[in-house]
Amino acid sequence: MQQLDCPIIGRRPISEFVYGGEVRRPPPGDAPLADVADHAFNRTGQPTVLREWWFHRPTGRWFVLERNTLSNVVERVVPPQEVAYAIPTL
Amino acid sequence: MPFRRSEAGPREWIDRHRTVHFTFEGTRYVAFAGDTITSALQANGVQLLGRSFKYHRPRGALSMANHDVNALFTTADDTNVRGDVTPVTDALDVRPVNVSGSLARDAHRHLDRLGRFLPAGFYYKAFHKPRWLFPYWERLIRRRAGLGTVDSAWTPRRRPKRYGYCDVLVVGGGPAGLQAALGAAEASLDVLLVDENPHLGGSLDYEWVTDPAAPAQRDELMEAVAASPAIRVLTSAVALGFYTDHWVPVSTPEGIIKVRARGVVLATGVIEQPAVFRNNDLPGVLMASAAQRLLHRFGVQACERAVLQVNNPEGFAAAEDLRRGGVELQAVVASGPGVQKADAAALVDAGVPVHFGWAIVEAHGDGAVAAATIAPVDAGGVPDQTHARRIDCDGVVSSAGWGPAGHLLYQAGGRFSYDDTLEMPVPVAWPDTVVPAGRMNGVFSLASQRDDGRDAAGRLAAALAGGPVSDPMSNRDTRAHATPWPVVPHPKGRDFVDLDEDLQYKDLIQGAREGFDNVELLKRFTTVGMGPSQGKHSNLNAFRILARYLGQGMDETGTTTARPMYHPVRLEDLAGRRMRPWRETPVQAWHGEHGGFLMESGEWERPSFYGEEADAQQVIASEVTAVRTGVGIIDVSTLGKIEVLGPDAATLLDGSYTMRQGNLRAGLTRYALRTDDTGVIVDDGVVGRLAEDHYYLTATSSHAEGTYQTLTRHALEWGLDVHVVNRTGQLGALNLTGPLSRRVLEPLVDVDLSEAALPRLGMTDARVCGEWARLLRVGFVGELGYEIHAPAGTMARIWDALMDAGAPLGIRPFGVDTQRVLRLEKGHIIVGQDTDGLTNPFEAAMPWAVHLKKPWFVGRPALAHLKGAEQRKLVRFVMAADSSAPLPRESHLVIRDGTIAGRVTSIARSPTLGRPIGLAMVDRDLAEAGQALAIRGDGGRMLAAEVVTETFYDPDGLRQNADAPEVTP
Repeated sequence: MQQLDCPIIGRRPISEFVYGGEVRRPPPGDAPLADVADHAFNRTGQPTVLREWWFHRPTGRWFVLERNTLSNVVERVVPPQEVAYAIPTL
Repeated sequence: MPFRRSEAGPREWIDRHRTVHFTFEGTRYVAFAGDTITSALQANGVQLLGRSFKYHRPRGALSMANHDVNALFTTADDTNVRGDVTPVTDALDVRPVNVSGSLARDAHRHLDRLGRFLPAGFYYKAFHKPRWLFPYWERLIRRRAGLGTVDSAWTPRRRPKRYGYCDVLVVGGGPAGLQAALGAAEASLDVLLVDENPHLGGSLDYEWVTDPAAPAQRDELMEAVAASPAIRVLTSAVALGFYTDHWVPVSTPEGIIKVRARGVVLATGVIEQPAVFRNNDLPGVLMASAAQRLLHRFGVQACERAVLQVNNPEGFAAAEDLRRGGVELQAVVASGPGVQKADAAALVDAGVPVHFGWAIVEAHGDGAVAAATIAPVDAGGVPDQTHARRIDCDGVVSSAGWGPAGHLLYQAGGRFSYDDTLEMPVPVAWPDTVVPAGRMNGVFSLASQRDDGRDAAGRLAAALAGGPVSDPMSNRDTRAHATPWPVVPHPKGRDFVDLDEDLQYKDLIQGAREGFDNVELLKRFTTVGMGPSQGKHSNLNAFRILARYLGQGMDETGTTTARPMYHPVRLEDLAGRRMRPWRETPVQAWHGEHGGFLMESGEWERPSFYGEEADAQQVIASEVTAVRTGVGIIDVSTLGKIEVLGPDAATLLDGSYTMRQGNLRAGLTRYALRTDDTGVIVDDGVVGRLAEDHYYLTATSSHAEGTYQTLTRHALEWGLDVHVVNRTGQLGALNLTGPLSRRVLEPLVDVDLSEAALPRLGMTDARVCGEWARLLRVGFVGELGYEIHAPAGTMARIWDALMDAGAPLGIRPFGVDTQRVLRLEKGHIIVGQDTDGLTNPFEAAMPWAVHLKKPWFVGRPALAHLKGAEQRKLVRFVMAADSSAPLPRESHLVIRDGTIAGRVTSIARSPTLGRPIGLAMVDRDLAEAGQALAIRGDGGRMLAAEVVTETFYDPDGLRQNADAPEVTP
């Protein structure tokens, strides 16, 4: 079984993790339908370095990794502040 | 002494002082402890061990190396047992597989004569027309297909999977593997050495036994390995496959060990490949290494008078072994680049007729070998039949060449290339931490194999230390060890390339001619390599045949994929032990003691109701009535319970849920619906506010973890200053509900329960029975009710106190099934039952739960477009009260004009309303009040229902008032 470096407790089997998908920005609340559909249904499929959300279930923590999806090499742990964005509120 | 037992040898696996008695096809035989089924039968002169898969041809021993799939047996415990490696034990009752009647008089043995009507691809071509006959053929073929018979009364043995860890895993305990293990141990690495045989030693125990220098080297290696504290040894252990990050499941007689290594040495050796000639499958035709294994491990002579085909130096050594073991060598034929006359010196000196440039072209015999025809062959391997000679014999032994056991290296990302000098594929690239060694790596002499093992360990140690890894030393041999063309096709066929699948030379040529001339296509069309040995004896020859047919090189021709598992694994070993932990609520024991009928619900076991299964409907109805007219209590500890604290708590919940939560007043709760990016309903629950910066929320039992994950992720994504605490397991919860619930609870709490003090949808922390608890006035079932959340340690005490306090009022515990009926009467949905993976809140008739005034929340961008665009809608329906017909069931279809127009999502006979009620997801235009629905029930019976808009029960929620008079409906 594949392993992944958990930034908190080190190398663990992949079954302990939940894949949270690519780091993306959702469309604004009044976005046109095409943008909504694009965000809902399209994903980056070609091999590249992706910023991805990962959740480590035993420790209950989310973290962001930059992973080369071709070689499966994790290149960097990204501080969440780097990917955070503000959501509009009333 | 039994029939063919030779003199005792130095490396025997058998114990000649201990005999065992076993039966085969009802006949009793004697063997020695340590014998395998095949060696024991062979020693008793039984050569006919099985019938082939397709033509039911007689078959015998072939490899003695765990690949003899024509010698499979059934015992009392198991089927498709491999006779070449499975030990005989006392009183073992062995029967053949794939046989009707006895092996000798198999009812299907005449199929062989039909062989020419059953070419490759026959099934694909023959049975698809006419189509209506296909089921008939399918039944017939399925009955005939397969080998052993599974005993359906078999008792599974639960063998837990274990985990193993090491620095270096060495696969293969031959000279290279032993040396590699020692090398790694010397580099201070923790080593696990596994070998599929019951004893370490590999080829040292059969190939090198008579070599003058080998025994001393063997003893030295074995003693050093045994003495090394850094080396653990597992025998009878098959490394099944290589998975990412050095994860290798190892199959042992006690079950699977999942080994995680930092590095792996693959010293898996080679698999001898058969020569292809007419009748090369007759019992008595076997490979040289098989004859050596029989002789040296089991003291069994494969035959008395042999004809040998030798294509490499190992073959000459084997011939000499057999000769010294007492076998009369009638003739040795030798050809190809692997043959050097000097290798035959000992045989020639002993007077054995050695024919250089000759090959075996045919074996003869009825049920067993009686003779062989040999002939000179030209450089291309084509025989000169005019000089053919027939020689009587009872054994035909071939040594045509070797195929690397490279499966695990392929799986680790290694690459192989055909070596024109060695005439075999060898590894050319591999990861630094997965290193081949020994014969698999094209290294043949004993000294070189040891050097190669040492070198492999050294390079692996360097890689593990993070240092530079040197180029591998070249220990490969510089001469051929195989013939590039071990094939003598015969015009009459029966020249088998794949003995598992009964494929002959012509089948492969035919497949290629029909256009399946790519290795992967040829494999699928002819099924070459798809039998139980997975091509271990057939792939290399098939590639050679295809390459020659196409007039191209071996590398151009390519190889098929070597997927795990390397060797068949028992399903019970793969299943292992059930490793699903159950969760128990703090009141679990009480349910068991009070007749709770438990059902599996995710990771929990929850009472459906309290009573006997046979009385379910009656019990549920009486529990419903108890709640509606008195008071009931249900354990809802499985609810997700999450605390959200911090200045941005409101922002987190406003962004995560469809309804506004930021304007919620402290002390109140609000329904909470969560959707995904596409606007589809994911979960629901209740959000309550305790203070400006403090919320407490619930999620459904199955989404407790998912809700926690989502909220914690959003907190990071949106850069919020907030803490999310999952208290699901730490708190228990119960719902005390019914018109009398306030009366039960009031004496036990320290807070005012009046409508003014704790209003409907209110929430407050309180002391219940003196313990801290949180009270939520929520009404899932539609009566006055109190959810009481309290630490798991105090929950059972509170439960008991409420039961005691409620006893005079007739309090009833109720289960999940009862709760489902109650909430259905109230028209409340259950996410996942009344919604599916495409249902949005508008379709679920909950537009009130979507606050599009909020500029953004998860799902808003989609929901803004979906509003008013729903194609279907969840409706309430009622059915006639007097109908005695069986009710439709959940997922039964709503039919209009003969086509599907919806489905029932929930249905029950309402004890309160006295008629059947339900929810259905129907096409939008059927969602009008008064619309008649036709529901197709069991057996196709059409049942009438009517859409209603009003809530079935207490539409104005009057009964949820805490100050309402305690009346019965």
